[in-house]
Amino acid sequence: MSAPTPPVRAKIPRAAFGQLLRNEMRSAIREPRGLILGLVLPLVLLVVFGSFAKFQAPLPALGGLTRFDLYVPILISFALAAIGLWSLPSHLATYREYGILRRLSTTPIPPAWLLAAQLVVNLCIAVVALALLVTLSTAVFGYRAVGGIDSITGFLLATLLSVGALFAMGFVIAAIAPSGTSAYVIGALTFFPLMFFAGLWIPRATMSPVLQDISNYTPLGASVQAVQTSLGGTFPPGWELLVLAGYAVVFGSLAVRVFRWE
Amino acid sequence: MMTTQSTPGSSSPLSVEVKNVSKRYGATVAVDDVSLEVNEGEIFGIVGPNGAGKTTLVECVVGLRTPDQGSVRVLGLDPRRDRAALHAMVGVQLQSASLPDALKVSEIFDMYRSFYEQPAEDDLIEALGLGVKRKSYYRSLSGGQKQRLSVALALVGRPRLAVLDEMTTGLDPQARRDTWDVIKGIRARGATLLLVTHFMEEAERLCDRVAIVDEGRVVAVDTPEGLAGRASGSRRLRFVPSAPFDERLLTDLPETERVEHEGSHVVVTGSGDLVSVVALALAKAGVNAKDMQLESATLEDAFLRLTGHHLDSEGTASRS
Repeated sequence: MSAPTPPVRAKIPRAAFGQLLRNEMRSAIREPRGLILGLVLPLVLLVVFGSFAKFQAPLPALGGLTRFDLYVPILISFALAAIGLWSLPSHLATYREYGILRRLSTTPIPPAWLLAAQLVVNLCIAVVALALLVTLSTAVFGYRAVGGIDSITGFLLATLLSVGALFAMGFVIAAIAPSGTSAYVIGALTFFPLMFFAGLWIPRATMSPVLQDISNYTPLGASVQAVQTSLGGTFPPGWELLVLAGYAVVFGSLAVRVFRWE
Repeated sequence: MMTTQSTPGSSSPLSVEVKNVSKRYGATVAVDDVSLEVNEGEIFGIVGPNGAGKTTLVECVVGLRTPDQGSVRVLGLDPRRDRAALHAMVGVQLQSASLPDALKVSEIFDMYRSFYEQPAEDDLIEALGLGVKRKSYYRSLSGGQKQRLSVALALVGRPRLAVLDEMTTGLDPQARRDTWDVIKGIRARGATLLLVTHFMEEAERLCDRVAIVDEGRVVAVDTPEGLAGRASGSRRLRFVPSAPFDERLLTDLPETERVEHEGSHVVVTGSGDLVSVVALALAKAGVNAKDMQLESATLEDAFLRLTGHHLDSEGTASRS
């Protein structure tokens, strides 16, 4: 019996990932479900809310903030959640359902590269969505985001951890959904209840104390709080970031365990 | 146990070596103690009805499944452990695999080209009759066009071994012949081909050797002619002579094995160019042969005889 030999490695041309990514970008533009949910929809809502005079009036109940002020962080979390919970899993589950991952696993390219390319494409959509939401709300609709080092690092950390938590949850949805369509449905059924806790329908400030407590421990409740605090000029408190990091770690390790290639 | 070590790229006379491989799904035995050897440079066919275990067998060969028992070596590599290295040299066409709908044929082809160090030229697309479809979206292709693109992608890396599972299913006769020409061309440059088919004509026309698989077992391995020969020994020529003649006229011929009488018919069993040698010998004696019929055994007959059932064009076995 001879000693076990190490696996023989394949030489993969470096241009391969670029080609894979280019085609994923093309698909994302030609089948723009992700762009519509994660970019167009929150931008349209921002324009609508920003144009209502009623939404732009300061309210004593909200401590002098306007309704629009509340909606800016909500729509930022909306964009990240729509991409991570809704668009990403339906893409990944479709790839598995149609044997696209299986086809790729008979080439020298690891199928994980396709997941990586999908991740990059969705991160690009998220970055563009955030940039447009922040720019449009401050430049056109008079939202006052406080600059400064605490604000900027806080915002980057809050959105980064939100992306981590929501994308990890999206991977778990992709893992448990039997098909692309069911991933889309599970994504929607996760997205809307979580958006409730983010304050999409009733502001968090007017929720009952119990609902507020629950909201604090949901990923989107924590995300909205952290984004709102950082845009207001202060570094977000530790618990919000911790909740987001917790979701990212728990769902991330779960996704690694349960993800199926076929 | 001795293990021969060979590096990828070294020439080994065996391209695929399957030893006592079994694979079951729950209570169903899909592959039952199969051993096969495919030589470098040959076109090897695996023939059998649907559900015979052909696909499971080739999935074990290309590393998509791990056999429950037995071992597989492909080009000197372990298909599971050396998967990535193997797939740089082995092209695979699967039945149950699709491609992204929103991409064009050329975009998919170029992407797959980028996966390999020395990919095939762009004219592979033309050879498979997809030249005019270059700018078409995958979702707009017909079933046969998708099938041909799938074959193109299996061959795009200039593989040393191509494993093609039902490559001409759903193709019209012309596209089928075009695909056969492409396969012959690939072999001409030294590649080995492992074809899974339930299409007898394809196996007869293309394959150097054929394994007949039924209910998870290999029933026979031989050349298509050899298998056909096994079915009936050799060919039979029936005719009605215009006048009585001395049987030795025919039994003396080297091609003839046996001469029998069936009523008014004479039946000559033999090999080679039976029709002309028999007709010539009779003509010399002034005898005419009427109603001449040559019965030749085919792979189909071999299949029937070896497995006990017919194979129709859909690949469904029916008991006879």
